[in-house]
Amino acid sequence: MIHLVVIVIYLTLLLLLGVFANRSFRGTSRDYLLASHSIGPFLLLMSLFGTTMTAFALVGSTGEAFKEGIGVYGMLASSSGIIHSLCFFLIGIKVWALARRHGYTTQIQFFRDRLESDGIGLLLFPILVGLVIPYLLIGVLASGTVINSVTKGTFPDLFLEYDGGVPQWLASLVICCVVLVYVFLGGMRGTAWANAFQTLVFMILGIVTFCVIANNLGQRGIMAKEMEAGQNEQMAKSMAEQAGMLEKMSVISKRIPLEKSTRSDMSKTKFLTYLLVPLSVGMFPHLFQHWLTARSAGSFKLPIVAHPVFIMIVWVPCVLIGVWATTDLASVPGKVPANAVLAFLVKKEATTAFGGYYGAILGGFLTTGILAAIMSSLDSQFLCLGTIFSNDIVLHYFGKDRFSDKKKVLLARLFIVGIVMVTYSFSLWEPRRVFTMGVWCFSGFSSLFPLILAALYWKRLTLAGAYASIVAAMASWGVLFWQSGFAANPHFTVNFHVGDHIYETMPVLTVFTVSATALVIVSLVTRPPSERTMTKFFDAKTSRSGLKSS
Amino acid sequence: MHYFVWFLVLLLIILHQDNWFWEDSTLVFGVVPVGLFYHACVSLAACCTWFLATRFAWPSTLEDAIGDDTEGSVEA
Repeated sequence: MIHLVVIVIYLTLLLLLGVFANRSFRGTSRDYLLASHSIGPFLLLMSLFGTTMTAFALVGSTGEAFKEGIGVYGMLASSSGIIHSLCFFLIGIKVWALARRHGYTTQIQFFRDRLESDGIGLLLFPILVGLVIPYLLIGVLASGTVINSVTKGTFPDLFLEYDGGVPQWLASLVICCVVLVYVFLGGMRGTAWANAFQTLVFMILGIVTFCVIANNLGQRGIMAKEMEAGQNEQMAKSMAEQAGMLEKMSVISKRIPLEKSTRSDMSKTKFLTYLLVPLSVGMFPHLFQHWLTARSAGSFKLPIVAHPVFIMIVWVPCVLIGVWATTDLASVPGKVPANAVLAFLVKKEATTAFGGYYGAILGGFLTTGILAAIMSSLDSQFLCLGTIFSNDIVLHYFGKDRFSDKKKVLLARLFIVGIVMVTYSFSLWEPRRVFTMGVWCFSGFSSLFPLILAALYWKRLTLAGAYASIVAAMASWGVLFWQSGFAANPHFTVNFHVGDHIYETMPVLTVFTVSATALVIVSLVTRPPSERTMTKFFDAKTSRSGLKSS
Repeated sequence: MHYFVWFLVLLLIILHQDNWFWEDSTLVFGVVPVGLFYHACVSLAACCTWFLATRFAWPSTLEDAIGDDTEGSVEA
C-alpha cells in the first residue's frame, strides 16, 4: 500500500506542476504549443533527453539486457549518443532556423512549403500519427506493467486475478489521465517543465536504484562465497556488510553467464545495422516541436554535447542490472516477464534492504523514477499529436481565422483524447516486448530520415521523389512488420545469403535503403522544384544557415 | 578543424563496431564487462567530439537568419 501512496503523491505533484504552468500561460496557441520559443539550453537538454528516453530506456533496456546481454548498450545507447546528437546538429538547428524564419509549427507545414504541395501533408499525417501510436503504446504498456508489478499483494481480495496488484489496465488508464491533465493545463511550457523535473527524478532515482540493487545482490554474493569457504552465517553476514561497493559489484559480475557478459550470441551484421535505428529522432514529430521551442540556435549546444553522457548515465546501470538479474543472486522467477524485471528487483531489493515500511517507501520512490521516464515521453507525444491535427488538418483546411485561439486549443485536446483512447484500447490486447515494439516504431521513423535530410540539404529533391520515398518506406516497413507477426517475433531479421554465409540485418536497413533509393532515382528523373522554393530554402542570403547544401 | 571534427564523427561510427571485444568476457575493474565498458567510453568520446563540433563546426551565421519576427507565419 505504501508503494501506491508514494506513486499517488508523485502523480499529484505532477498535476500541481501543470496547474502552475497554466498560470504562466499567455493565452495564445503559440504559447500553448511552442512555449513562445522561450526554452533555454538547460530546459532544452532536459526535455529533449526526457523525451527520447522513454520506457524503452529504463524498462526496455533492463528487460532486453536480461534476455540478450550487454550488447544492448552498444546496439542502442552508444549508437544513440553519436546519432542523436548528429541529428540535433544537422537537422534540429537547421529546422529551427527555417521554422523561426517562415513560421512553421509542425513538420508537415515545413514539408508542404518545401515541396510546394498540400497532398504531401495528407500523406504524411496518417503516417506520422500511425507511427507515434506504437511509441505511445510502449509507455502505456510499460506503466501498467510497472505499477502492477510493484503493487502485487496490496489488494489480495479485490484484484485476485492480478496477484493482488493494481490491474495493468487500470494503472495504464490512470497514467494516461494524469499526463493528459497536465499537458492540457500546461501545454508545451508545462510539458517542458514536467520533462525537466521528471528527467531529474528518473536520473537521480535511477542511480539510487542501482546502488540499492548492487548493494543487496553484492552482500548476498559475498555471504554465499564466505559460507562456501567455511565461515558461519553470522560471520559471513558481517563480512558482507563491511565489504566495499566495488567488491560487492565484482562478486555479482563474476556470476554473469558468459553469453550475457559478451555478445557471443549476437550477430555482428545485426549489431552494425542497428546503427540506423537512432536516425529516427530526425523524424520524430514531437522532437521537431521541442526543437522549435528553443530560444536561440545556441540553446542547442548543451543538448548536443551532454546527450551522449546522459544516455550513458541512464543506460549503463540499467544494462548492468539486467545482466545481474540473470545471476542466481537475483533469483528472478521464470514467470516474471522481461518488461517487469526492473520493477520486480526494485520492489524485492528495497524491501530486503530497509525492511517492510522504509523499504516500501523507497520502493515507491524508485517506482516513480521509472514512471517519470515513461511519462516524460508520453506528454510530448500527446501534445505533438494535438498540434499536428489542429495545424495541419483543421486550420489548414478550414482557415486559421475561422477559429479562436481557445477553439484551436480545444480541437487539439479532443484529437489527443481520441488518439489516447485508440492507444489505450491497443494496450488491452496481448502485450509485446517493449523493446521489440520500440525498435519497429523507430525503424518506421528512420525510413523517413532520407526525406528530411534531402529536404534540408539536397536542392534536387522533388515532390515525386518525396512521394516515392514515403510510399516505398511504408510499403517495405508494412511487409516486414507483417512478416514478423506484428512484432510477435522479437528476433526477426532480414537475412542475406552470400556464399555459405548468412548475414542477419535489422529490417531498418531494408526500409531505409528502399526509401533512400526511391527518393534519389525518382527525384533525378522528375522536374526540380521552382526557383522561388530554391531561393527560399537554399539561397545563402535568405536561409543564411551556414550549413552547406549540395 | 571543421573537417577534422567530421573525421572524428566518422571515426566514432567506425569504432562503434568493436569486433575485437565481441567474445571477451574480461571484467574491467572487476565489475564491468569489457564490451559494456568500451561502449561507455564511446559515449564519452561522442560527448568530446560533439563539444569540438559546437566549437569549431558551429553554423555561426545561423542566428543572423532570424529576425525579431517571423515572416509569413503559418500558425498564429
